[in-house]
Amino acid sequence: MCGNEALAEAAIVAGCDAYFGYPITPQNEITAYMSERMPQEGRVFVQSESELAAINMVFGAAATGKRAMTSSSSPGVSLMQEGISYLAGAELPAVVVNVMRGGPGLGNIAPSQADYFQATRGGGHGDYRTIVLGPSSVQELADCMPLAFDLADQYRMTVMILADGILGQMMEPVTLDPKPRRPLPPKPWALTGMKDRPQNIVRSLYLADGALEELNNRLMAKYQQIQANEVLCEQYRVEDAEIVIVAYGIVARIARAAVDQARDEGICAGMIRPITLWPFPSDQIAAAAETFRVFLTVEMSCGQMVEDVKLAVAGKCPVLLHGRPGGGVPTTDEVLDKIRQLTIRAGAA
Amino acid sequence: MNTVFKRTSVLKDCPTHYCPGCGHGIAHRLVAEVIDELDIQDRTIGIAPVGCAVLAYNYLDVDMVEVAHGRAPAVATGMKRTNPDKIIFSYQGDGDLAAIGTAEIIHAAHRAERITVIFINNAVFGMTGGQMAPTTMLGQVTATTQQGRNPSNGQGYPLQVSEILALLPGTVYVERCALNGVPGIRRTKAAMKHAFQLQMDDAPGLSLVEVLSPCPTYWRMSPAKAMKWIDEQMSRAFPIARLKG
Repeated sequence: MCGNEALAEAAIVAGCDAYFGYPITPQNEITAYMSERMPQEGRVFVQSESELAAINMVFGAAATGKRAMTSSSSPGVSLMQEGISYLAGAELPAVVVNVMRGGPGLGNIAPSQADYFQATRGGGHGDYRTIVLGPSSVQELADCMPLAFDLADQYRMTVMILADGILGQMMEPVTLDPKPRRPLPPKPWALTGMKDRPQNIVRSLYLADGALEELNNRLMAKYQQIQANEVLCEQYRVEDAEIVIVAYGIVARIARAAVDQARDEGICAGMIRPITLWPFPSDQIAAAAETFRVFLTVEMSCGQMVEDVKLAVAGKCPVLLHGRPGGGVPTTDEVLDKIRQLTIRAGAA
Repeated sequence: MNTVFKRTSVLKDCPTHYCPGCGHGIAHRLVAEVIDELDIQDRTIGIAPVGCAVLAYNYLDVDMVEVAHGRAPAVATGMKRTNPDKIIFSYQGDGDLAAIGTAEIIHAAHRAERITVIFINNAVFGMTGGQMAPTTMLGQVTATTQQGRNPSNGQGYPLQVSEILALLPGTVYVERCALNGVPGIRRTKAAMKHAFQLQMDDAPGLSLVEVLSPCPTYWRMSPAKAMKWIDEQMSRAFPIARLKG
């Protein structure tokens, strides 16, 4: 299965009640797959008139307590930011997939990681966060879907899956696991008609003096809880590494090969791979920075995640960047060359 | 003693935030009476707009959601498709429905969503301070048309959304009414009731009731004169008519 199809089928297995989407490359396989499969399962598929409408359809379904999702690619996800902000304010669970392409503007349709800032900083207006997952294989894309729906329901917020054009298009074998996962809270807040209970209101407007500040503080407390409990990252050959690569998504696959080749050459290289991009594995990176090493962030952008790495390292070690923007994909040789250069510099020092 | 008139149970007992002479209070009451009479309070979900009626849920005692400006028909789509047994209605003003939300209302109608839309047309943006709306009358003075709306100044013409929507195969019922006096109010209620009834009957499309509604504050008129202005001016650009169904 290609990544986009794996993601779609995994969403169905995860109990997605409704999918709303608007066509955009390179994620069209998701929309096409859902248009066929969701009705077969007796569930809802709507091709919306825009990404604005798609995210608001998600908002509507989520407000009634249903599991709803949408998917898009970078320019479309920009349009969804209004709705994502409202979802945050109204504390509604939702899953949004961004199969990233190059930007700014219409950009191109090549793979990219240039929406990292938008995804991990909330993206729309107001003080809020979304949980962001950065899978790096087709299997992990599929595994992310049930996790995303569960996290969304548990914390009543948007979970974004940040993939890219390569992950969406590449084909790998996948196993889908329907087994139950974490226990989830009921949804007494859902709009279901006020049968045998008082009125429910879902809203993001808090006009009374201090009411919005109270909401913001409550959201912040929730975000701190997520930072404490939900960080996921992989540490690969980091123990004795002198050079630590930080990479996520498809770039981590490339970096892993470069680390192995460097090790073959006798260079002590390793990799930290964030799986949750927010919450970011700052503690894990900070711990690695306790012993002096050189950090090399590799990403398909002009350098976005590198800022989080620098914040985590807090000046204790050098943090360098190898970034390829605009649809450029770093090769294993490129990354290996960077590692070699750093080794020479470290040796000279 | 016989009670001949009382507050409907779907309307909450609370003070209003609307200006004197505003039509929203009447329109809210009509929606509430209709929900009460059709006995659908326990399966109705309402959608409040951005605008003066954003706090509609403070008055209407049904499950309600408040959504982004203009997006109510998309939110309604998400609700109705996943809950076909519920009665879903949006309550939207002219800025909300006829300006920023044009795409959403056209496409909800075009997809024949089985929802009910109450469209309050008061020819002005109320909450933000009386700016020009797409439905502002020619010559009407607003905060952003201080010389009066003039198409030759690039300010366009009153937008007749209901006529456009009536053309689409996806609408089952479109009627324009006005709150300018007892006959108009009674007709508006009958139209609203029909629109909700169609949804209860699972009629295959969208039903919409446009309501010409007074805004004395931003029309800079007394409430009585505002009612007359609907009669003499507004209903010329926006004819009272059953446009479809």
